[in-house]
Amino acid sequence: MIEARGLIKRYGKTTAVDDLTFEVRPGQVTGFLGPNGSGKSTTMRMIMGLDAPDAGSVRINGRPYGDLSWPLREVGALLEAKAFHPGRSAAHHLTALAQTNAIPTARVDEVIELVGLGSVAHRRAGKFSLGMGQRLGMASALIGDPGVLLFDEPINGLDPEGIRWVRNLLKSLAADGRTVFVSSHLMSEMALTADHLVVIGRGAMIAEMPVAAFIAQSSQHFVRVRGPQLAGLIPVLHGAGATVTTDDDGALSVVGLEASVIGDLAGANQLVLHELSPQSASLEEAFMELTHDSVEYRGDPQPPPKESVDQFGSTEKVRSR
Amino acid sequence: MSTTAIALNGPEGHYRASGSLRSEWTKLRTVRSTVWTLVALVAAGIGVGIIASAETASHWSTMSLADKVGYDPTNLSLTGLALGQIAIGVLGVLVISAEYSTGTIRATLAAVPNRPLVLASKAAIFGGVALLVGELVAFVAFLTGQSLLSGHAPHASLGQPGVLQAVVLAGVYVAGIGLVAMGIGTIIRHTAGAISALVGLLFIVPLVLQAFPSSIKNSVSQYFPSDVGSAMASVHRQAHALSPGAAFGVLCAYVVVALGIGAWLMVRRDA
Repeated sequence: MIEARGLIKRYGKTTAVDDLTFEVRPGQVTGFLGPNGSGKSTTMRMIMGLDAPDAGSVRINGRPYGDLSWPLREVGALLEAKAFHPGRSAAHHLTALAQTNAIPTARVDEVIELVGLGSVAHRRAGKFSLGMGQRLGMASALIGDPGVLLFDEPINGLDPEGIRWVRNLLKSLAADGRTVFVSSHLMSEMALTADHLVVIGRGAMIAEMPVAAFIAQSSQHFVRVRGPQLAGLIPVLHGAGATVTTDDDGALSVVGLEASVIGDLAGANQLVLHELSPQSASLEEAFMELTHDSVEYRGDPQPPPKESVDQFGSTEKVRSR
Repeated sequence: MSTTAIALNGPEGHYRASGSLRSEWTKLRTVRSTVWTLVALVAAGIGVGIIASAETASHWSTMSLADKVGYDPTNLSLTGLALGQIAIGVLGVLVISAEYSTGTIRATLAAVPNRPLVLASKAAIFGGVALLVGELVAFVAFLTGQSLLSGHAPHASLGQPGVLQAVVLAGVYVAGIGLVAMGIGTIIRHTAGAISALVGLLFIVPLVLQAFPSSIKNSVSQYFPSDVGSAMASVHRQAHALSPGAAFGVLCAYVVVALGIGAWLMVRRDA
């Protein structure tokens, strides 16, 4: 369990983290989403007690990081790729970490095997690829078998196989009942991995909600309508409660009515249509729109989740891009 | 989903200094820079001492009276430590600056959030190794130097008054400069910058002082690290130099100030 209360971090005149309050609960993967430079890494360093907040506080299992009895046995973190000495082997790096918290040396070999670095454990870590470096970072985070885990952009630089490995690892850690907090600037990745979302933009909170709700809210569904008699159709659609906008090419974008309902209305009023196609914006577009101007969306009432078929449909669409 | 069962799996109590010390020992012995800087210290400390002693042995008969008056065979054989101090200084800087440049410091501080404890553990392990190697170099340099001098020029033995103390303090000086360098590394956090500052302190500042009137020069220069080192490793006290005991006190003050400021900044600054 991680609890942040009113976290503020300033660098000179820039406010990197602006009054963040959120909770990260055990048993699920919580995605920490925001564009690059939005304050995710700074927030994570404040959780770890590495950077001091200018205001506010953050607690892990009810205590500030500095008060933890055995920090590595309670919290594990992958904060940056290649946070190890290039001249030291993975085994020695992990041994040095294990010794600080009285973790048995056998655990070093265990996590090395767990992350698949067994064959290179005694090679100088400076020769590692980015992906191998990320795996060593994962091993460092897991060395104390902690109940709380933080990962800052863990899939950066990984190949598709590595990405799938990280995804499964995060999910299995959460399934164990651990608290898993993972940052990313990719909504599509979070849609696949996370159960819950904390979304920030320019250091400020934009949304905190279940992923399913975010997808439902974000995936703007609309129906594209073309035809020779649209002037007559618009008042009919308005009358049925739809929001109608006219695109540059003269087509209508209709929000709030299913395509079948629009077709029925056109037929009932004997209006000819040339196109009637349901559309949905990608999650990534919705996320960018959301974070583009955080003020516009902050405090908006969240609509209830829609049908799950649509959610997974749009998720799959994003993944294939 | 009970997380407490997973979260609280540590033994009774709290992370300890013993773990931090073991970790720092592991880190120090598992990088090549440790080996290479210590090899450089041994080579410079013993090698330069051999050259200086052999040179004096061969020219003793033709040396001027003034040179013979100030002659201190113990100090002569320990000359190499004036060069060797750079090697231990580089290692002292690297012990901490490499953590910052690689990002390892975040892992270290996540494992041991008590920052003064981290710095103290580092200082204890590195200082201990520096003292051990420093004493080794001092004694080997002294013994080889004296054996080269014997038969050609007056030479010293460990049984003579003040000689053992000078050799021991020479090794202590090596460890002290290493710790001062570690303090500078903690303050500056960048390897190149910290090594430049160290070289400036050891060699450049004394050079600049040569431009000042001798009244100022003579009263100030005895407090500079290099002069302090020379005073500690001397049997015959030179003009405008501290006694070995006072010099040791000044060295301790340098160590306390450098590491003290380093610790203060480390606690205050973001990692």
